[in-house]
Amino acid sequence: MKPKSAGIPQPHDSQLDYDELIERAGYDFGLSRRSFFKTLGAGLLITVSLPAMAQESGSRARGDFFGSGARTLGARIHLGTDGSITVLAGKVDGGQGARTELSQAAAEELRVPVSRLQMLLADTGAAPDDGMTAGSRTTPGTVPGVRQGAAAARELLILFACQQWRTTRPHVKVLDGKAVETAGKRSLTYADLAKSDDAPKLFRQSISPDVELTPVKDWKVLGTPVLRPNARDIVVGAYQYPSDIARPGMLYGKILRPPAFGATLTDIDPAPARAMQDVIVVHDDQFVAVAAPNTTAAENALAAIAKTAKWSAAQPQPSSGELFDYLRQNAGEGLENPFAHEFGGAKTVRQTYHVPYIQHAPLEPRAAVAEWNNGQLTVWTGSQNPFGTRRELAQAFHLPENRVRVVIPDFGAAFGGKHTAECAVEAARLAQGAGKPVSLRWTREEEFTWAYFRPAAVIEAQASLDARGRIDTWHFININSGPNAVDTPYAIGKTQCRFLRSKPPLRHGSYRALAATANNFAREVFMDELAAAAGADPLDFRLAHLENPRLREVLLKATEAFNWRRHVNLTDASVSVGLACGTEKGSFVAACAEIEINRGQNTIKVRRVCQAFECGAILNPENLHFQNQGAILMGLGAALREEIQFADGKILNASFGKYRVPRFDDVPDLDIQLVDRPDLPSAGAGETPIIAIAPAIANAVFRATGKSVRAMPIRP
Amino acid sequence: MDASVSFVLNGKPQTVVTDPDRSLLEVLREDLHLTGTKFGCGEGQCRACTVLAGGECVPSCLTSIGDVDGMEIVTIEGVAGADALHPVQEAFLAEGAFQCGYCTAGMIMGVVGVLKKNPHASESEVLSELQKHICRCGSYAKYLKAVRGVLAQHT
Repeated sequence: MKPKSAGIPQPHDSQLDYDELIERAGYDFGLSRRSFFKTLGAGLLITVSLPAMAQESGSRARGDFFGSGARTLGARIHLGTDGSITVLAGKVDGGQGARTELSQAAAEELRVPVSRLQMLLADTGAAPDDGMTAGSRTTPGTVPGVRQGAAAARELLILFACQQWRTTRPHVKVLDGKAVETAGKRSLTYADLAKSDDAPKLFRQSISPDVELTPVKDWKVLGTPVLRPNARDIVVGAYQYPSDIARPGMLYGKILRPPAFGATLTDIDPAPARAMQDVIVVHDDQFVAVAAPNTTAAENALAAIAKTAKWSAAQPQPSSGELFDYLRQNAGEGLENPFAHEFGGAKTVRQTYHVPYIQHAPLEPRAAVAEWNNGQLTVWTGSQNPFGTRRELAQAFHLPENRVRVVIPDFGAAFGGKHTAECAVEAARLAQGAGKPVSLRWTREEEFTWAYFRPAAVIEAQASLDARGRIDTWHFININSGPNAVDTPYAIGKTQCRFLRSKPPLRHGSYRALAATANNFAREVFMDELAAAAGADPLDFRLAHLENPRLREVLLKATEAFNWRRHVNLTDASVSVGLACGTEKGSFVAACAEIEINRGQNTIKVRRVCQAFECGAILNPENLHFQNQGAILMGLGAALREEIQFADGKILNASFGKYRVPRFDDVPDLDIQLVDRPDLPSAGAGETPIIAIAPAIANAVFRATGKSVRAMPIRP
Repeated sequence: MDASVSFVLNGKPQTVVTDPDRSLLEVLREDLHLTGTKFGCGEGQCRACTVLAGGECVPSCLTSIGDVDGMEIVTIEGVAGADALHPVQEAFLAEGAFQCGYCTAGMIMGVVGVLKKNPHASESEVLSELQKHICRCGSYAKYLKAVRGVLAQHT
């Protein structure tokens, strides 16, 4: 990892670097090659375009994270001769609103209502590879891609009308899904275009990046609060999540897990399970799993053989109690402050911050249904990485990728936690052994234990203040958790901000906003310490160091709506206020929090939060509001309580009973101020709204108690 | 040993012959293909699996199928009328009150259960039931808005 200089970080680079840190489960099941049986999956409609498989083989120029995008117009838009319109995208919806926003993007440019089109997401047998659904990339990456495709289809309709009517462009416009003559009565539909002789050839063309997109000022669908297209199915319980998928003859699987991380299976007797009716046992080296006609039967079978398993002891490994010392001891070179010799008599402040491991704990644990047909593998699963899942499956079973189809139904959330394919691979291995489709649903304990964690961090910060109370040098080191938002957005003369790798004791990976949350927590808490050292109000102190106009705007907006100037003077030892701001992935956030400290119970209640957020032109204010609400609540959980405890390779709090996540009584009064900037490109918004809440709470605690806050979860 | 269990499911008689120790949740989902009721934790902590049993909100993950013999069970699939959604479903839909939606059926059942026992239940009574539920997307404020919409119709 290169040291980074001050300035706004390049999120894409750091995201890529970071995702590579996620350890894959690394299953490898050797298989004899079988003949390729090319088949198009269910769900494909009558189309005028190329069969989807045509775009499949071939390399991804930019890898998993970005994907190759749609190579042809037909890969993005299918027009049915029956009038159906299907838009395809390789993104997934885990509740963050991709389906809604991509539908809006297509509807806007096609000039149709959202209800007129079908959005087919993340079926690798049909949709283009739009990369992972991560890094807040759907909005800046795929929304424009879908708009270009839809606008290109609209252009074709106009040209088709011009040909048919022997007229020119100024005399044709597209309204409500039809090309109409401005001075006549004739009209042509997308279905008419689909029926035309030239359609197959036209849809094999690539999409020109120069196609004209609808300017923001003319938006009719984008920028409006469209609701989720499959909302009705959700409220009646009809919508099928990955764990709800059922296939004929399907069995239910269970996997034998080691008693601790690093333990190795040395012996097991599968006979007791094999003796059970309708039970399949798969024993392939370290992989032991059972499948049975229902979950209880599978659990009983697994319990019967688990008793016979012998394990080699795992290597000694650090526990959560010694985590931070361990990370610091194993950090790479580069902790020294290069500005130390310049301090002279200047006032300096130094602090160390600790951020523990936490889990994503999406409400739907990992789930996959796998089915083999004539050497073709189909897997339905919840993942943020459809094409990466296909690749992991292909590698595990030594198959060419075009014999694997991965379908991602909208699923029960991820928050950065579902980049990897272990559950899909496990289900596929079981289905292969059983000769029948298998559904594998991880338990909550498995999800808490065997899914990767948000990385723990040790953050070292040191700064010096000049005689006027301005920050003069800034040294900031993140150990282990990542480079996101490690650079300071404040205007400071001399800065060094770095990420140093360490030796993570747990398998870690992505999480909503990644290390930006830890880095912004440490930075913003440290800023309040510096403000106190300088004798300045936290707001004034920040404004004095803040040149970025977008960050200034959200900070001013949040503090005005919260009435910071008034509330800051009302603080006492039990009711207090704090603020924080930050930027990541091209969007900007500031939060003010009012808290109440209960000294008897040693707890913190967050009573009120005012958060301002700006991410360019707003695509869907309702969804953006949701992302802010959800991120604040999720951030509040990590700020106040969440912490994975582990010892001897075991997770000690692997349940919702022992790992408390936010509930109704945690919800503060929420005032969310969305700043719309139609003059700026839209940035993603699923992550950055999480980074300001924890330091705002910590700074309120500091104000009330006068004691530095040095760790999450925050203790009063 | 399998047992025969008979109960009323969403207004219709239902008999299953199965291991009576299996959870009601598992039988609903795997045998009866009613997958609207969700698995979230298996320990009664998240209530994504809430159904009504004898008019009470229960976590179906902790309810044995053998224990519902003779009872009346209502799941999310049985809440709507023939022609119209239940008012609670209507309110959640109108608010768009969910993100991933995985907890939504459980939340709706929680509100339906409280209102079934007391059509004039207060907001705090509804919230004390919903306190048992987890929404990891953090849509609570929206859920609260939907609940207030429903309660307003009853006053």
